[in-house]
Amino acid sequence: MGSASSMLTQYDIEEVQEHCNKLFSQQEIVSLYQRFCQLDRNAKGFISADEFLSVPEFAMNPLSQRLLKMVDGLNFKDFVAFLSTFSAKASLQQKIELIFKVYDSDCNGKVTFNNIIEVLKDLTGSFMSDKQREVLPLFPSYSVYHLSQSVMEQFYWAET
Amino acid sequence: MANAPDNKLTSSSSELDLDRPNLEDYLPSGSMQEPRGKLRLRDLLDISPTLTEAAGAIVDDSFTRCFKSNPPEPWNWNVYLFPLWCLGVVIRYGILFPTRVLVLTLGWIIFLSSFIPVHFLLKGNDKLRKKLERCLVELICSFFVASWTGVVKYHGPRPSRRPQQVFVANHTSMIDFIVLEQMTAFAVIMQKHPGWVGLLQSTILESVGCIWFNRTEAKDREIVARKLRDHVQGADNNPLLIFPEGTCVNNHYTVMFKKGAFELGCTVCPIAIKYNKIFVDAFWNSKKQSFTMHLLQLMTSWAVVCDVWYLEPQTLKPGETPIEFAERVRDIISLRAGLKKVPWDGYLKYSRPSPKHREQKQQSFADSVLRRLEEK
Repeated sequence: MGSASSMLTQYDIEEVQEHCNKLFSQQEIVSLYQRFCQLDRNAKGFISADEFLSVPEFAMNPLSQRLLKMVDGLNFKDFVAFLSTFSAKASLQQKIELIFKVYDSDCNGKVTFNNIIEVLKDLTGSFMSDKQREVLPLFPSYSVYHLSQSVMEQFYWAET
Repeated sequence: MANAPDNKLTSSSSELDLDRPNLEDYLPSGSMQEPRGKLRLRDLLDISPTLTEAAGAIVDDSFTRCFKSNPPEPWNWNVYLFPLWCLGVVIRYGILFPTRVLVLTLGWIIFLSSFIPVHFLLKGNDKLRKKLERCLVELICSFFVASWTGVVKYHGPRPSRRPQQVFVANHTSMIDFIVLEQMTAFAVIMQKHPGWVGLLQSTILESVGCIWFNRTEAKDREIVARKLRDHVQGADNNPLLIFPEGTCVNNHYTVMFKKGAFELGCTVCPIAIKYNKIFVDAFWNSKKQSFTMHLLQLMTSWAVVCDVWYLEPQTLKPGETPIEFAERVRDIISLRAGLKKVPWDGYLKYSRPSPKHREQKQQSFADSVLRRLEEK
């Protein structure tokens, strides 16, 4: 389904459904396709960053630039796969993977203290000083912030 | 406390419940539940609410919905109905359309042959000239409305010519202006258009008194505000019609009203317009169609049916800001025309949201974190 034709065949829908591990029903995929075509103004087959930013609710979101990096230029199949992470049926593993990717903006497979501070900066803007931000993650629970993905997973399961 | 998999990390399924056709109640207010208690590291690291909001906006958002024209369901899908539909097409394009073009041409001939002499010969006698020009403009608008087989029902008292009043209406297409103008010769404030529309604007509409603005020029706003104020003061000027939404919306929603019309210090008379979609969808999506195409589409449909309500004039209440006044009038119009209100600025069609929206979110997050830090 390279070019964005306005009709989806049953094969297309099933292919997309396979790709997102059946996290969406076929009806949902059809609705998502309508939305995809609505956002993709000149039927290029992908949605450009500009077109994403034309949705005011998305542009206002503090983490929009980070998500944009992941979602810019995706074709419909990958678009659905990306959104499937947000489905209630998605696994915890998948969700943590996404959160990890959002933090790990330099894509080195690790979330460091600086990565966390950068995300905090996005979330708080000018309403927290640098000093305040740096103090925050220094909590008694963890003293090492070199988190690999599995550690982050353990982290969410740990007692607090 | 161990985290069950469906704790904070799972998104609320309401945003992705795509089988439900309307996500009407989803609006991005800052109304996420306030987390309480001691601040834990995982609260800080858990960015899933923000990410979910962003994903929700990608899937559906209340702004894009305002400009979506839903194509009608095709009903001509079987052996009996399809020939009927074909017959309909033949009638519309073969009989109705030429008749309408004829009617419109006739109207233009009558109009131009009266307007040009009146305009030039009665240069001295201003009062009479203006009166005749007004009648002629109302006439040509009636011809336009007839050329779409327009059935307009007007409710409420007709607008009166008084100083210190403006009329505001919801905006669906440029034909709103024509529909209202055939009843009363309003002066209007419009975006200057290119092509034949621009020509009409600069010649004929000048005679009823129009104010031009340019959306893209920021300084333009003060100049326009001054022109508005001057116009409203003048006793001889035609009543002023303003579309405070600033852009065409699809007649199911209203976007936020610009406060320009509401801070002139005069009475505001709301007008509500609702088109009946069964006959034709009158929404003009200026990004998808030129005005000429839009008119042609109307002229090849069965009819344009709409209701126009002239509502009770409103004044600024003591202690009310112009923005609150604008919202109050928007409430009145939306209620009357059965439109849903949406908290977006129509100009977001053309530009990005200002940073202050994002800053609001950042501020509330920062405040909540700092507050919970205190609770240690």
